[in-house]
Amino acid sequence: MAEITLRPIPQTPAAEVARSAEWPRLGIRWLALLGLLGTLIGVFVLSLTLGSVDIPLGDVLKILAGEEPARKTWTTIVLKFRLPKAITATLAGSALAVAGLQMQTLFRNPLADPFVLGINSGASLGVALVVLSVGVAGVSATSMLAGLGLLGNFGLVTAASLGAGAVLTLMLLVARRVHSSTTLLILGLMVGYGAAALVSLLLYFSITERIQAYINWTFGSFGGVTWSQLHVFAPVILVALMLGLALVKPLNALLLGETYAQTMGVNVRWVRLAVILSAAVLAGAVTAFCGPIGFVGVAVPHLARHLFRSSDHRLLLPACALLGALLALVADIIAQMPGTQTVLPLNAVTALLGAPVVAWVILRRGSARPAYSG
Amino acid sequence: MSVSAVPVLSARDLTIGYTRKHGTPVVVAERLSLRLAAGELVCLVGPNGAGKSTLLRTLAAMQPALAGTVRLGDDDIVALDPRERARRMSVVLTERVEAGHLTAYALVALGRHPYTDWTGRLGEHDEAVVRWAIETVGAKPLAARLVEELSDGERQKIMIARALAQEPLVMLLDEPTAFLDVPNRVEIMRVLRALTRLTGRAILLSTHDLDLALRTADRLWLLPRGGPLFCGAPEDLVLSGALAATFQAEGLAFDPSTGSFTLTRLRTEYVALAGEGLAALWTRRALEREGYQVVENGTPSLYQVTVLPGDPPRWRIDRGEHSQEHESIAALIAALRQPHPRETV
Repeated sequence: MAEITLRPIPQTPAAEVARSAEWPRLGIRWLALLGLLGTLIGVFVLSLTLGSVDIPLGDVLKILAGEEPARKTWTTIVLKFRLPKAITATLAGSALAVAGLQMQTLFRNPLADPFVLGINSGASLGVALVVLSVGVAGVSATSMLAGLGLLGNFGLVTAASLGAGAVLTLMLLVARRVHSSTTLLILGLMVGYGAAALVSLLLYFSITERIQAYINWTFGSFGGVTWSQLHVFAPVILVALMLGLALVKPLNALLLGETYAQTMGVNVRWVRLAVILSAAVLAGAVTAFCGPIGFVGVAVPHLARHLFRSSDHRLLLPACALLGALLALVADIIAQMPGTQTVLPLNAVTALLGAPVVAWVILRRGSARPAYSG
Repeated sequence: MSVSAVPVLSARDLTIGYTRKHGTPVVVAERLSLRLAAGELVCLVGPNGAGKSTLLRTLAAMQPALAGTVRLGDDDIVALDPRERARRMSVVLTERVEAGHLTAYALVALGRHPYTDWTGRLGEHDEAVVRWAIETVGAKPLAARLVEELSDGERQKIMIARALAQEPLVMLLDEPTAFLDVPNRVEIMRVLRALTRLTGRAILLSTHDLDLALRTADRLWLLPRGGPLFCGAPEDLVLSGALAATFQAEGLAFDPSTGSFTLTRLRTEYVALAGEGLAALWTRRALEREGYQVVENGTPSLYQVTVLPGDPPRWRIDRGEHSQEHESIAALIAALRQPHPRETV
């Protein structure tokens, strides 16, 4: 580069930088995050004690430590059912909240959720094809039920994963060609509507029992995930979360819009693909294993921004992961109606419980300022 | 500070434009040759639709040139690694930033993006640069405030500080004064000019505000429709007639004696104006606004207007033997609008 005389930027002495009382601080509020983590662990253990049978905390801790509790059946209940369910809820809540945050920032839209790209519609279509099309083909319901029993939940998971994966592949291909994120958003919505329409057709021509089975799937549940399924679910979610974590810096640049991000050296096309991949894998995996769980993905990012009063993704991403897990666990505890045999639909609980909380936080802390960071 | 003659940004025979969906190129302007030197403030002016934004976008590598190469330092700007490019050039756009819960300080800190590691964590030096950038544009009192709460002028300062925090050789600004009122426009231009003097960085900005550009810029880049680009000191471009020629087609006439535009004249009547000082200057503007050709005192004309010194001044109209005096410019204009006012005296 040719000789250019530039006045150097004054090197502020370290002591002066340290005397930063008059300047705002940008650091991550580790203490607040630690507090959230502590609460999450507490609620996690609490969720192991509650259910159709109440198990005392001491016994739960004994079981987790590998010791004998007061009653032997409790070991089975905790290890075989409640522990995988709690782990699933934690992972799913984190995944949906983080995916929602990514979509809201990428599309600069406060209403964006993890499913804006049609991922859950793809999954729904996959499940509907397996559950409903049998009725159309004229195969008797009893043989279908037997078939489902053989396949178990993995059949639904595979169907949903294939559906979500197909939509994801389609959207990634489109995203490579389309420059405008708004166009991408609209195309995603159209794919979603298309898939939903196919599901409606399948429902229309299906029989009552199959329809009921499909509707049960749409209620969402953390309880259907077994240990062997967790061996697939957990690594997928953790890897996608790691990818999300690696993208916090470009996401921050995207706060100013794609053009500004580009002028700051962000390879916007590549980042967009990576963000879509991360969010879609998170949302798709959760939908495949737990059903289409709404609300968490759209609400938790707003909650996190208002609680932490920040738009910095280095803080928001972990905050969303923790808050999302917390909300999912609490919703699951309530859905189980502790002390009763009744189980409420998870989707109904997350929204009924969460909507007032989010509304309250935003109204109390809020102002006319847009709640999203875009 | 001496202005270095070494170009930090240059192009020769550049063709700008865009490519239609099916590959047909649409040329906006061609034969553009330009050099931007360190430490200078250049204003890009031209009529609407001449391609100012297209030129800026091409210079910032946001869109490819149809022909020719833009060089940032010695390197082809398109071939440059995006991160390295961002270290040498920063941009302030017209689009309004909706920054949610971002403080002004955090927004400026985003300018460190090309320098930080993958986590985006700011080191001690980064924080020092951010603070220096905020102080340099005079925005320290705004640092802790949310960007959403800032006025347009304050926000523009913060966006400039962010661009400065990128420590670029060149800053490109698209219409930085577009949405501002007059005091804020002057203030932003003052800040930008001070930046070039203080830091030796080069600044190129596009503007519609020709008057301010003429007063502030070291050089103007004049972009008439289709090109080519005229570059030069504002005064040279006025004297050579290039400025008037560039805006000719706009229904505006550039008056080199006042350095401003006048509407194309509606009347052909002449008014001779006598008088001195501010009052005479503004009387002249009022007469021009009314559509008169204002000529020097003594030239044969329909009316003669004399500004009588005093506090407040008075205005006398003479037409042939008729004469009347007025208290204000408004009264003067009203009298001129009367058909044959002198006959009724």
